[in-house]
Amino acid sequence: MVDILRFRDDEPVSDPAVTVDAFVDQTNAAAVRIEPGDDARALLPFLEQLRLVEVNFPSFGDGRGYSSARILREAGYDGELRAVGDVLVDQLSHMRRCGFDSFVPDKPFDAEDAEAALQRWPEVYQAAADERRPIWAKRHG
Amino acid sequence: MYRYDHYDQAMVDARVEEFRDQTRRRLEGKLTEDQFKPLRLQNGLYLQLHAYMLRVAVPYGTLNSAQMHVLADIADKYDRGYGHFTTRQNIQYNWIRLEDAPDILADLATVEMHAIQTSGNCIRNISSDQYAGATADELVDPRPYAELLRQWSSFHPEFLTLPRKFKICVIASETDRAAMKLHDIGIRIVRNEAGELGAAFYAGGGMGRTPMIAPCIREFVPLDQLITYSEACLRVYNRYGRRDNKYKARIKILVHELGKDEYARQVEEEFAHLQTQGIEPPIAELERIKTYFADPPFEAGLPDDLDRSDPDFAVWLDRNTHPHKQPGYAIAVISLKPVGGIPGDASAAQIHLMADLAKEYSFDELRVTHAQNIVLPHVRKADLHALWRRLEEAGLATPNLDRIGDIIACPGLDYCSLANARSIPVAQKISKRFAETGKDEELGELKLKISGCINACGHHHAGHIGILGVDKKGTENYQLLLGGCEGDDTSLGKITGPGFDEDGIVNAVEKATDVYLARREEGERFLDTYRRIGMEPFKEALYG
Repeated sequence: MVDILRFRDDEPVSDPAVTVDAFVDQTNAAAVRIEPGDDARALLPFLEQLRLVEVNFPSFGDGRGYSSARILREAGYDGELRAVGDVLVDQLSHMRRCGFDSFVPDKPFDAEDAEAALQRWPEVYQAAADERRPIWAKRHG
Repeated sequence: MYRYDHYDQAMVDARVEEFRDQTRRRLEGKLTEDQFKPLRLQNGLYLQLHAYMLRVAVPYGTLNSAQMHVLADIADKYDRGYGHFTTRQNIQYNWIRLEDAPDILADLATVEMHAIQTSGNCIRNISSDQYAGATADELVDPRPYAELLRQWSSFHPEFLTLPRKFKICVIASETDRAAMKLHDIGIRIVRNEAGELGAAFYAGGGMGRTPMIAPCIREFVPLDQLITYSEACLRVYNRYGRRDNKYKARIKILVHELGKDEYARQVEEEFAHLQTQGIEPPIAELERIKTYFADPPFEAGLPDDLDRSDPDFAVWLDRNTHPHKQPGYAIAVISLKPVGGIPGDASAAQIHLMADLAKEYSFDELRVTHAQNIVLPHVRKADLHALWRRLEEAGLATPNLDRIGDIIACPGLDYCSLANARSIPVAQKISKRFAETGKDEELGELKLKISGCINACGHHHAGHIGILGVDKKGTENYQLLLGGCEGDDTSLGKITGPGFDEDGIVNAVEKATDVYLARREEGERFLDTYRRIGMEPFKEALYG
């Protein structure tokens, strides 16, 4: 079983993640946690100092965190972007595409299932926050 | 029509394997039902009252004969020999076993079909004008734009857990045959003053328990920004659509609560940002897709005149064909509404026959309409009589397109776990009543739509006459609505007053049509008379 999946080579940040409100008030923290109702754009002035952003999924059916992740990556955030909470293997490939590069699920993943899910898609139809070239780019490469 | 290349095929094949794996994990108990539910829904699999239902996507309603034959084979092999064509231009099977679902998806993939995102809180199958590419009144064929959007919306990583389902419709003519303004996003391809093609966007329409007509949020989106603008619309909805109440989660509520101007402003902001992100496919991709929708090799110089000496044929001709852009051709509509039948149902044998007829008479092409009928889009006028004979032999030549017998009905309490009342028996009784009294002959165009609950799958808000089944203290009760319309002059029907029981609603429909017959003026349809004289005379007849 897998408690944490991480696709980065740097040292993990050990600071506890603070809430967005607390972070914006006391701007020396390096780790912040976004809840579904938070506006990820509130963090954009502080991207330089951030090394870890946790995006919480209290319920896997609430998809706001996918937009939060892409918004941060689109703004140039290159620190760790971690999905936490009710994160399931069948969402991993989509979360990777939205820019998440680490996962700390409430319930550990089955290693084999997680690997299969990450390898699932041979191609992608859209440009997103990952480096994959969309099918349309390959067709007209 | 569109054909997959190796990329498209690889994606659909991967999806089949993904769902096979998910189904296995569900059956092994590794996934809970709560975890599995959105996965099966996004593969078209609903749990209904008696069994699983599988909804297969028919992108923008277009099919070829090989695909149609496979749909018939699935009906025979995995269901009870029937398929049910739906108001979203799809087909549903009502008696599916979960264990069979991965194999059915694999069968579909052999003919470039799937059930991807036909349910669940995601972007659904894109619908379009059933006469696209054939009708004389369109600006361009809307389907290439729909196909571009299909690829963009398939497995879109950001938009698979939206607040609620999301339906997009693309049309390209002034006449709206697809209820475009009753979609979450409606797109009309238009030409601007400079003569360039672009897209007008309408957002926040829908039926359900709070029906809304979508307002226009942008009159012109250039074609090379179509995907970027769509993405902006979806992102604003994904971030701010309500998630606290399932019944207020559709985009129509967001647009209504923000106001269309504020929603449009937020979309513009997101659009300006996304334009810097390089997410738009090149225009060459749209051009590539367009080549698949080139006209079939029509014969030039065919005559337009027809032998109308067979009176039954002449009636079918007048009612069930539509003008084609190419001289000597017609668009033929096969009614799946025989008198007393189940609207939208077809047997495997009928589905096979329609496939054969498409191959023989319509350049191998068929369409599914949102009114649950089948279209053969490109038929030589000289072949219409032979086609009609073959349809008649199979019980498929009912001449009732857009008339009172051409009823839209949801599956209702006979199948659906959400329903409060049965829809199918009411449709059958109305259809029989008007055939027996012969009044269907007098009534002309009259669109009647029945939903078995307020989710409005049977489009009752948009019927000239609408019927809504409700539960009244444990018994089925039917409310009557008048004055709805799905077309360009989109309007929502109004409830006449207290509801009726099953036989009472059939009588009530008859009384409403009697008011029309008594009060109509030259050339007026039921809807026109209603709009002129208002609700009062109908109320008087119903409750007076």
